[in-house]
Amino acid sequence: MTRDPIGLALSLMNRVAGQAWLDRLGLRPVVEKTAYQGTRAGFRTLALAGREFRRVNEWLPKQRLPAKAPADLFNLTLDEDQQMIVDSLHRFARDTLRPAAAAADEAATIPAGLFAAAAELGLTLYAVPEAFGGVAETASPVTSVLIAEQLAWGDMGLASALLAPFSVAQAITRWGSGEQQSRYLPAFCEESPPLATIAIDEPTPLFDPLKPATSATVTGSGYCLNGFKSGVVLGAESDLILVAAELHGRPRLFLVETAGTDGIRVKPDPAMGLRAAKLARLEFKDLRLPADALLGGDDFDYQAMLDLGTLLRCGLAIGSAQAVLDYVIPYCNEREAFGEPISHRQSVAFMISDLAIETDSMRLLTWRAAARAETGQSFHREACLAHLLCSEKAVAAGSHGVQLLGGHGFVREHPVERWYRDLRSVATLYGGVHA
Amino acid sequence: MYLEIPRKFGAIVHQAQQVARSVFRPISRKYDLAEHAYPQELDMFAAIMDGMNDGAADGGAGAGKLARSGGKPSEGNVNGTNMKTVLGLTELCWGDVGLALSIPRQGLGNSAIAAVASEAQLARLGNTWAAMAITEPGAGSDSAAIRTTATLDGDHYVINGEKIYVTAGERANAVVVWATLDRSKGRAAIKSFVVEKGTPGMAVVRLEKKLGIRASDTAAIRFDNCRVPKENLLGDPEISVDKGFAGAMQTFDNTRPVVAGMAIGLARAALEKTRELLAPVGLEPDYQLQTWQQPAVIRELQLLEAELEAARLLTLRAAWMADNGQPNSKEASMAKAKAGRVGNAITLRCVELCGSLGYGETELLEKWARDSKILDIFEGTQQIQLLIIARRLLGKSSSELK
Ligand SMILES: Cc1cc2nc3c(=O)[nH]c(=O)nc-3n(C[C@H](O)[C@H](O)[C@H](O)COP(=O)(O)OP(=O)(O)OC[C@H]3O[C@@H](n4cnc5c(N)ncnc54)[C@H](O)[C@@H]3O)c2cc1C
Repeated sequence: MTRDPIGLALSLMNRVAGQAWLDRLGLRPVVEKTAYQGTRAGFRTLALAGREFRRVNEWLPKQRLPAKAPADLFNLTLDEDQQMIVDSLHRFARDTLRPAAAAADEAATIPAGLFAAAAELGLTLYAVPEAFGGVAETASPVTSVLIAEQLAWGDMGLASALLAPFSVAQAITRWGSGEQQSRYLPAFCEESPPLATIAIDEPTPLFDPLKPATSATVTGSGYCLNGFKSGVVLGAESDLILVAAELHGRPRLFLVETAGTDGIRVKPDPAMGLRAAKLARLEFKDLRLPADALLGGDDFDYQAMLDLGTLLRCGLAIGSAQAVLDYVIPYCNEREAFGEPISHRQSVAFMISDLAIETDSMRLLTWRAAARAETGQSFHREACLAHLLCSEKAVAAGSHGVQLLGGHGFVREHPVERWYRDLRSVATLYGGVHA
Repeated sequence: MYLEIPRKFGAIVHQAQQVARSVFRPISRKYDLAEHAYPQELDMFAAIMDGMNDGAADGGAGAGKLARSGGKPSEGNVNGTNMKTVLGLTELCWGDVGLALSIPRQGLGNSAIAAVASEAQLARLGNTWAAMAITEPGAGSDSAAIRTTATLDGDHYVINGEKIYVTAGERANAVVVWATLDRSKGRAAIKSFVVEKGTPGMAVVRLEKKLGIRASDTAAIRFDNCRVPKENLLGDPEISVDKGFAGAMQTFDNTRPVVAGMAIGLARAALEKTRELLAPVGLEPDYQLQTWQQPAVIRELQLLEAELEAARLLTLRAAWMADNGQPNSKEASMAKAKAGRVGNAITLRCVELCGSLGYGETELLEKWARDSKILDIFEGTQQIQLLIIARRLLGKSSSELK
């Protein structure tokens, strides 16, 4: 694989010392104390001075990134670019996300400058084909998973916020018409890309993403959208929201621009975790959408869209579980009880072995599904298996993490209680992600 | 990154699947009921297996080929003997674990010989069928605590002691016996000796009656002043600090993924049979992201399949690392721990899901649920694997983390 611009951008970043990076981008863990008293506040009209996306008259034909060729041999080695991305993002996660995470969670806000940092990393460029200003040459779900793993190792809430616009760009690249791609994708390659998200979840128990209650009806000029969405990452901040709604009895995605629209009301929807991702509830009431707001055409595959989202969700789970593992090892070696390190006790040590086994289980299942997706093979079964395994093991990892620190795990002085809260999201949310 | 089984192994997987289906399955129940009867059907098949391995351009597969490939850093990406052996055994154990353990010349002793024998020993002993005798009545998991002794007397070692649970101990042509040269010198003094069948002083005193894998003979063997030629000591006869023992333990890094593969084949058989029995009732697998709206049994099957898939990939990883000369102790134990426990859990759950049909002897499900337990015990129990993994992760010695 040739080194592409994102690779270069990332390798440049390697040379930026962590501290300088923090200062330059204003990422010090001082976060403005914005009020985020979600449940008490009612819905308000979403009246963003948001970005306008210009319709283009001469649009390019739709681009579809080609699949990679399947390999001849089983191989767990990352290629040179993947390794470089992993190394760079690991530093970014360690030096930038991790130090900002506690305060971001506490204040339920995103540090100023974080999106600028992500833009500088070129995250969204990676989701956009060259013709629209990005650097993507092939579909690369594996790389997306690796990116999610690394970012979530730093913090799952911040990672979710960073990955929502990335995911929207991925989805438009994957499913959009030429006109839609021409209208939206170049913006994701600008110096400050738009904020964007995918709204799928709804406030109902046993929610099945295949059956959204939000509905779209056909009008003379386009569509009319009605319904509720919950747990939407960056729901109140986004310039563009992909909304899952039923049309003619089938689930579809609609491109909803938030600038100057009425018909959308929003309120904070703070949750157990992922607080930095600023989850929000959205209400669509007779929201009028133009005819070209329906994402994609004949080749749109809602299930595959969900499956690709799942891969990224699993990547988040793996990264956070790995963070737990990496944290409890030194802790249990240093913490003493009954005259020796607690790690000398099997009931402690074996929990750590299990954490390692299950984290790698999640990782290998997800990697396999992503590698199949990347090489154009069927991957629905593999994505479902990965999702179920990650759902079960992620929550166990969070629980192990707190248990291993005892009372100290229960208090905010250590990050494990946050990871416990964040990891619970893996089985509960479907939106905001697309690999 | 690519996690599919390479096409070049399609032939061996297919062959092993044919054997499992056409040779093992039809006689599976027969030898479960006729414990200790020798499955003659295997002789013919072993000859085919020998031919397959000898003719293989890439070094073949099987117990006797395993360890040699490890250790040397390879050029480029290799999918080799370790992966191939795992894949082969997975298929065979889809057929029957007990029978797979009874294939002539595929004993664990063969792996040990392959790992530590000199070229001369390999030439002399490489084609024998060798069982492995480490366990004693007083020492199992703690294999450094064995009491069987070997004393040098002229050109011979004289072996004294009792070994138990020797797989294929009666049927094999030779037994690789662990014995200590000097009990006061600890694990460094433990050596392995090849004792050929019929050597005076060696006697099979008992065959165990077991929970499962009844087609496989499990022998107790006594050694009373059993004299073996000096040349039958495998590896270095010097008592050097721990090196020899560590070397012997390393064999496990190659054999554990194989045992994990066995559990995977067995569990897959149980899952497939369960699905087959459920289909006429209208319950077919249906992969969904939201699983809580599905019938409980469908969700459970999806979860079991996910667990099995995780075990399978952990096992392929461990074998792949061995093929590529990467140290894989931790990963081999992760594979064995995961496969051992999920293999057991899956087979037991499948019995439950199929009710009295699963519990009865008409189907093989109840047998598989009995067979699977041993795979979480031999080649290191679940707990021993967790111990190895934890010591590696935490950087602890065996005296710190006991
Ligand atoms: C059918 C069969 C075939 C076999 N084939 C062979 C063979 O071919 N060759 C051979 O040499 N052996 C063979 N074995 C023996 C097998 O490897 C041992 O049984 C196994 O290693 C466990 O040893 P043990 O039975 O002495 O149990 P023990 O060591 O007494 O263990 C009992 C329990 O204590 C746990 N335990 C022990 N030590 C620890 C520790 N430090 N920390 C935590 N838990 C611990 C174990 O996990 C186990 O649950 C076979 C056994 C069977 C049943």
